[in-house]
This record gives sequence, C-alpha cells and structure tokens, in this order.
Amino acid sequence: MKMESQRSYFAKALIELGEKDPNVVVVGADTTESIKTLDFGKKFPDRLFNVGISEQNMISIAAGLAAAGKVAFASTYAVFGVAHTYNIIRQNVAYTKLPVKIFCSHAGITVGPDGATHQLNEDIGLMRGIPNMTVLVPADAPQTAKCVHAAAAWPGPVYCRFSRTNFPTVTSVEDPFAIGKSYVMRDGDDVTIAGCGIMVSRCLQAAEELDAAGVSARVLNVATVKPLDTSTILKAARDTGGIVTAEEHTIVHGLGSAISEAVALEHPVPMAMVGVQDVFGESGEAFELMEKYGLTAAKVVEGVRRVMKRRGR
Amino acid sequence: MAEVSNAKLRELEDRARLLRCHILKMTHQVQSGHPGGSMSACDIVTALYFHVLRVDPRNPMWPDRDRFVLSKGHACPVLYAALAERGFFPVPELMTFRRINSRLQGHPEYGTTPGVENAAGAEGQGLSFGVGLGLAARLDRKAWRVYALLGDGEQDVGQTWEAALAAAKYHLDNLTAIIDRNGIQQEGRTEEIMPLEPLGDKWRAFGWNVLTINGHDMRQILAGIDEAHSHKGQPTVIIAKTTKGKGVSFMENVVRYHGAATTDEELKRALAELGEAVP
Ligand SMILES: Cc1ncc(C[n+]2csc(CCOP(=O)(O)OP(=O)(O)O)c2C)c(N)n1
Repeated sequence: MKMESQRSYFAKALIELGEKDPNVVVVGADTTESIKTLDFGKKFPDRLFNVGISEQNMISIAAGLAAAGKVAFASTYAVFGVAHTYNIIRQNVAYTKLPVKIFCSHAGITVGPDGATHQLNEDIGLMRGIPNMTVLVPADAPQTAKCVHAAAAWPGPVYCRFSRTNFPTVTSVEDPFAIGKSYVMRDGDDVTIAGCGIMVSRCLQAAEELDAAGVSARVLNVATVKPLDTSTILKAARDTGGIVTAEEHTIVHGLGSAISEAVALEHPVPMAMVGVQDVFGESGEAFELMEKYGLTAAKVVEGVRRVMKRRGR
Repeated sequence: MAEVSNAKLRELEDRARLLRCHILKMTHQVQSGHPGGSMSACDIVTALYFHVLRVDPRNPMWPDRDRFVLSKGHACPVLYAALAERGFFPVPELMTFRRINSRLQGHPEYGTTPGVENAAGAEGQGLSFGVGLGLAARLDRKAWRVYALLGDGEQDVGQTWEAALAAAKYHLDNLTAIIDRNGIQQEGRTEEIMPLEPLGDKWRAFGWNVLTINGHDMRQILAGIDEAHSHKGQPTVIIAKTTKGKGVSFMENVVRYHGAATTDEELKRALAELGEAVP
C-alpha cells in the first residue's frame, strides 16, 4: 500500500485554502517547519504567526483572530496543542463557539522515539468531551486534506488529529468527505469493524483475513468522532449484530467509547475495543509500538472472534 | 483626543458613581459575585464606554467597532453595568445577574450578552485574545483599537507574559493593556502572594511602552489612553493605580470584598455614601 504524509497533504491544502480565501490565517508555536505550516507562511508571510513555545497564547490568539472574522488555524503537536491548553480551548474556543480550527500533528503513539511525554493518546476523549467541539480523525493523507477544507467551511470550532508517521493511503482524492459522516469502506453482514485514523488500514487488512476465513466484515471509516454518524453506526449494529472498534488512542474515552455510548442507548450489540489499554507509551519506532500496544490487524481479528462467540454465530 | 471639559469630567464621574451603585445592587440581590475588583476598575471602564470606545449599542457586532476585552472576567458586574447604561440592553436586566436563565452570566459569555467581546473567567487569557484581535485589525488595515483590562493577580499567570511577548514581537500599537493595579488578589496582597514589583520595569523589559496613572482620576485615565493612541511601534500598558472596593469606605482595601456581596445593612450604607437615595 502507498504510504503518504498527512502533514504534506495538510500543508498543501492550507495553501490552496489560503489562495482561495484571504481570511485564512495560521498560528503556530515553534513547530511550523516540522508540521509544515511554514509552507503556508512562505506563501503568505503576513498570515502565519509563529508565537513561539506558548501554546495557550497560540489558542487564544487564534480565537481573537476568529472573533474578528478570520478563519484561524492553530497548529502544533497534539500534546502541546490540546493537552497543554485544555482550559484555554474550553473557554476561548468552545464556549465562545469561535471558528478556530485546531489541527494537530504528532497525535497518538506513532509519534515513536520521543516517548510517552509526546505520545498523546487522550486527545480524542479530551476534545469530544467539550460542548460545541467537532472532532475529526482522518484515515490517511488525502482525507487529511479534505478535513482542512471541510473544517474551514464549518461554522464552529474543530479539532483534527493526525500523525507524524506516514499512513497507508486507503481513500482516494475523489472520495467524498463531509463532517459528521462515516464511510463504508467495505461491505459485509457478519460483523462491523469501525476504525479511525491509521487503524482504518488495519481494519481493512483484518477484513481481508476474515474474508478468507468465511467471515464477511463491514468496515467503517469513522473520520468524524463528533458529531458521530449514529445512523450509519446503528444501521451497522442492526445489520451485523456486533461491532469491533479500533483506534490509535486510549480505549477509555475515545472512538470505542463514543460508539458504545451510541449503541448502548439505541441498539446494544456485543462489542470489542482495540486501542491503547489505559497505559502510557514508550520510545520505539511507530510500527514497533503499534505491535507492542496491540494496534494491529491481528487484534482486530481477535476482537471479531470474541464478538462473534458472544453472540453465538 | 481634544482637551476634555470639566463638565465632561463631572459627567463621567457621576456615571461612574451610578455604575458603582449598580455593581453593589447586582451582587447584593444574588448574594454573590465580585464587587471589589469591579469597583476598582469602575472609573476606567466608565471612561472607556462613555468617552473612548467607538461602539454602537444598536449594532453590537458592527465590524469596525473598538473592542474591549475584559480579561479579569469576575469583574463583569462593572462591564454589564456599563453596557446597560450605554444602551446595549435594558438597565433593569442587571438585576438578573447570576440568576437562572439570565443573559448576564457569573462570568462573561460570548455571543449571549450584547456587547460582550470575549468569554472570561479563567484568568490570564484575555491579553492573548486581544493580540489576536489586534493582528486581525492590522491585517484588514482597519483603524479599530483593542483595549484589554487585566487584574494585577493576572500578572501571576504565565499566559499573560506569553501574550506580552507576542504583542511586542508584532509591534501591536493598536493594542492597549490596562492593569487594574489594586494591589489585592483573591487571598491577599499581591506583594505577599506573588510579588510583582517592579512591575513597570517588567513590562518595559518585555518591549512595551509603560504609563503609570491614578486609575480613579478621570483626567489621568483619558490622558493615558490618549498617549497610548499616539505611541507608535509598540503596544502600551497603562498601570492604573487603584483601590479595591473604591468608592465605599468600609469596602476599600478589604480583601473579603473580592468575592463577597454586601449585607442589607451594608448595602444601605454603601449606597448612601455614593449619594444614592436609599430605596
Ligand atoms: C486561572 C484561574 N485561577 C484561579 C481563579 C480564581 N480567582 C478568581 S479572581 C482571582 C484573583 C484575581 O485577582 P486580580 O486579577 O488582581 O483581580 P482583582 O483583584 O482586580 O479583582 C482568583 C484567584 C481564576 N478565576 N482563574
């Protein structure tokens, strides 16, 4: 499978957006070269504000820009951009309902060798817990670009998380994308596998393996964790009778939790959750860490087996 | 700004007295809120809303308006009182402050209360927000200005200094910060809890133009703002020396009135001191 950089697509999309709309501005925090917002700054020098290592400042400045009519992107590594700044986002962005677009790279365990201080496996939960926030987790590089355009057109605050690591490309530039929609990547009736981010590629791989064993799995790409596409998810629960979720994030309050909340309230079915198990990560290469922390197609298959056993199929 | 007439100064002082009465009554009716820091900032806020700010109560979101950012959100009684008297919403609505279903939240909410420019409550975010506004005005080549009112307790917050660095980096001369230097924070004197002096030197070292005024002297407030306007290439901070609880003798410099309303008896005495006929 082709591996591509989410950051590169993010940066390209920002520039396209900047060309179309002079109101687009970007605020960064001493990571602009690394996450490539500097490309935007080279093109539009007066519209990139690098405020140094001051992430709280970055968020509030973006909010001020948004309050005066700008489409303000705030961008840095996830751990600094949304964990270090939680209450600033809560008060200055979400409560205020301002169109600040927080796009953070280096989310999750695939940050790799930098270790646990830099591997934020809690951001989806942090952000989806705040009223008025929209939470996007693109599955690959092309979808990351679409998130940029969709977020800019969305009236309220948005958080979008992506990775330092190149992801297998599982969507194509022609595929549709809308905030609030989950996409069926592969149809099936026996079980549903719902993933986000890099785990969508693992879900597809798991579905292939299951197919060879005679199990037909429906794979959902849940690129918007909030607002959750409950109609697609409940339909999958009804059609297939079991769901396995997969995310590069803690299972405590992430995608799996969001889906289980929706399903438990409307149409309970057996579920399994693949993700980081309420532990901190450690240094290592991204794919070694995914293996060690159970973010693999094999774990998804295992989850499917458990779900199918529980409901006696 | 032209020389201000004595009549205008008297009018502003009367207005400030009226706002102080509102602050006392608003916090008294609900027996909560923060009168002390509202009263210390009262003359500054009065000067801004009744002489300086170009705002339109009939069109609160007028794009070219000046922006007043209240960073120390707990002092919102003074802001609400000014907005009501300036015509943004009816004066009687002030008595719904902090009550269920009110537009006047315990700390300011953006988008709900006409004229409120930012959400505040967690201290320390307002100056950064003001920097964002100032940058936007500059990008759009607009003449509107940004005023951010900060508490001296807010000087403890790291983000205040992040914002100070950024405003200096971008030479934001359309941004004026005003520090309500009443010397008291929630639990006591600033110089005991977290010493700030020499405060002016700190701001100068951060690249700001620093003015020091008596924050209860209308002429000095207006002159300071004037000077901030004419200063180019740097943001200006006005350190306004004030008294917490200003205007009511038994509330002045009393730490307790940071977050305590007056009793019925105290309210009567306070209003009498301010020259209001007791109801
Ligand atoms: C981040 C944060 N921490 C704590 C508080 C609780 N608090 C409310 S007001 C205040 C003291 C404020 O002091 P100052 O800024 O000097 O305001 P003033 O005395 O002028 O009212 C504190 C600690 C808060 N609002 N925000």
